[in-house]
Amino acid sequence: MGGGGTWLIRRIAAAAAIVFAVVSLTFVAIHLAPGSPFLPPPDRPLDTAVVARLNRQFGLDQPLRVQYVLYLKNLARGNLGYAFSRGQTVRSALATAIPDTLLLAGTALALDLGLGLILGIILAARARHATDLILSNVTLFIYSVPAFWLGLVLVFVFADWLHWFPAGFPTSPGLYESLPFLGQLGDRIHHLALPALTLGLVGAAGTARYQRAALLETLGREFVRTARAKGVSERRVILVHALRNSLLPLITLAGLSLPFLLTGSVLIESVFSWPGMGRMATDAVLARDHALVTAIAMVASAMVVTGSLVADVLYAAADPRIRERAS
Amino acid sequence: MTARPTIALVGALVLAMGAVELLRLRARRTGSGGRFFAHRSAVWGVRILLFFTVAALLAPLVAPYDPAAQPGIVTLQNMPPSWAHPLGTDAYSSDIWSRLVYGGRVSLGIGLLATLVAMSVGVTIGAVAGYARGWIDAILMRLVDVGLAVPRIFMLLLAVAYWNRIPLSILVLLLGLTGWFTTSRLVRAEALSLRGRPFVDAARALGASPTRVLIRHLLPSALAPIIVSAVLSVGNVMLLEAGLSFLGFGVQPPTPSWGTMVADGQAQLALAPWTSFFPGLTIALVVMSWNAVGDALRDAFDPRPEHA
Repeated sequence: MGGGGTWLIRRIAAAAAIVFAVVSLTFVAIHLAPGSPFLPPPDRPLDTAVVARLNRQFGLDQPLRVQYVLYLKNLARGNLGYAFSRGQTVRSALATAIPDTLLLAGTALALDLGLGLILGIILAARARHATDLILSNVTLFIYSVPAFWLGLVLVFVFADWLHWFPAGFPTSPGLYESLPFLGQLGDRIHHLALPALTLGLVGAAGTARYQRAALLETLGREFVRTARAKGVSERRVILVHALRNSLLPLITLAGLSLPFLLTGSVLIESVFSWPGMGRMATDAVLARDHALVTAIAMVASAMVVTGSLVADVLYAAADPRIRERAS
Repeated sequence: MTARPTIALVGALVLAMGAVELLRLRARRTGSGGRFFAHRSAVWGVRILLFFTVAALLAPLVAPYDPAAQPGIVTLQNMPPSWAHPLGTDAYSSDIWSRLVYGGRVSLGIGLLATLVAMSVGVTIGAVAGYARGWIDAILMRLVDVGLAVPRIFMLLLAVAYWNRIPLSILVLLLGLTGWFTTSRLVRAEALSLRGRPFVDAARALGASPTRVLIRHLLPSALAPIIVSAVLSVGNVMLLEAGLSFLGFGVQPPTPSWGTMVADGQAQLALAPWTSFFPGLTIALVVMSWNAVGDALRDAFDPRPEHA
């Protein structure tokens, strides 16, 4: 892996450059947008003299160039700024939102990959049979469904109608604090079920389609024919011989799924009143909360580039052919 | 429903079905056409797309009511589906089927036009980058890297902040301008692999300008993947439009779009689930159709024996 080390360093440098570019562009874009953090659309009008004083106090009357340099200086010291719309520092705003988003996105990703993999194997094993035809259309439908609408349907069926699951929020308001530890855990899982199922199902449909194609392609290879010719059972051919070779693309897919789960979250968090990054992003843009918007863009783009970087590294680690080419 | 919309509805159905059969007869003769029509879900996709397109184009005929009419906001709101209102009425007593038909103009129109914008930009930038190589390529592709690092919906949220009530034309432009990144990568890769081929060298040796080489020689060869990604992109754009409209940042009321209709129904989900259900189902069916057609086209252009 002589060249591998420099390859990795170059990839990390490129990733950092991308995040820096995203931060800079977002900073400019949100500052140039009409409105100000102290003049959110009409509902909270302030005295113009007060607004002018606040603008002066927080340096918003300075030229954009000056503000940008100041922002970068603060960023270098690890100071992300102050989220005016929430009355707290950006750091603590992120610290409250990120765990909720990660909980939702992580559960959904596990469901996505687990269910998608199993479905993909079933589809490929039964390719062109009735099972495949029916399930393929079902997965294509779920893959094409607007996630927020699927969320609404699940809310209607399982919350409004059957009353099995709550329709929103990560915990039961008012009740959660008084519960014992196990009760709290149960309450969280109970609330997590519907939003995670919504995101996970949509993701799993995509993964299943992907895995079906990958497995079918592998099943057409020579070594599979050899295995079949040796008299290996079809079950073993698929689950042992072909599956392992078809799993590699799934690594890339998982890496690319990270941002999907985050963007899917914007809408799903809105449907389920989930106080994560997605809803915070929407609110922050509306409130022209410059520092918070920029920070969210930074976190989001960092997740995207990290996702694809980790996928590439894992791919190289899992596939000796790639490793040889890289070195 | 009175006679006129019923006849128009049947007419739209017959038109969609008939057009598909005509297409099938013509396409059977070619290899790729035959492969396309071997995909049953794609054929159904074409039928569904044609039906909603015809219905949207002939909206004044197909829709039984004025989509904005609110005949009885107290007495007729949230009526369940019935013969008079096949898909029920919404919270403002408007007929959901009529709004769906008119909303199809907006939703399908945005999907198609934004894809046109995205493809034009993506193909141009990809072709220029792949053909010019060097620093132009480097700059353009770093731009694409940055564009791909921001989730598209965040980019759209940020852009939408510049307008209080975003006009449809701007919405189309924004959806298009945030959707060309992957296409440009695809076209660049095609251009890179094609530019060394003898027929390109021959064209250059005959004195063809770079623009001519790109448009007359490279693009036709790269057309298949461009078409596939365009078709798949329409569905994707429609989902994004629906999402943005659902959040209240997309199509602005009273203009009906399928996304705004789902959003309008959310408030009375338990009371009148049909207000959200039918528009969302329509989005799903139409996006599914675009995806099925895109898949089948990919298969028709680039047959791989492993694929069903």
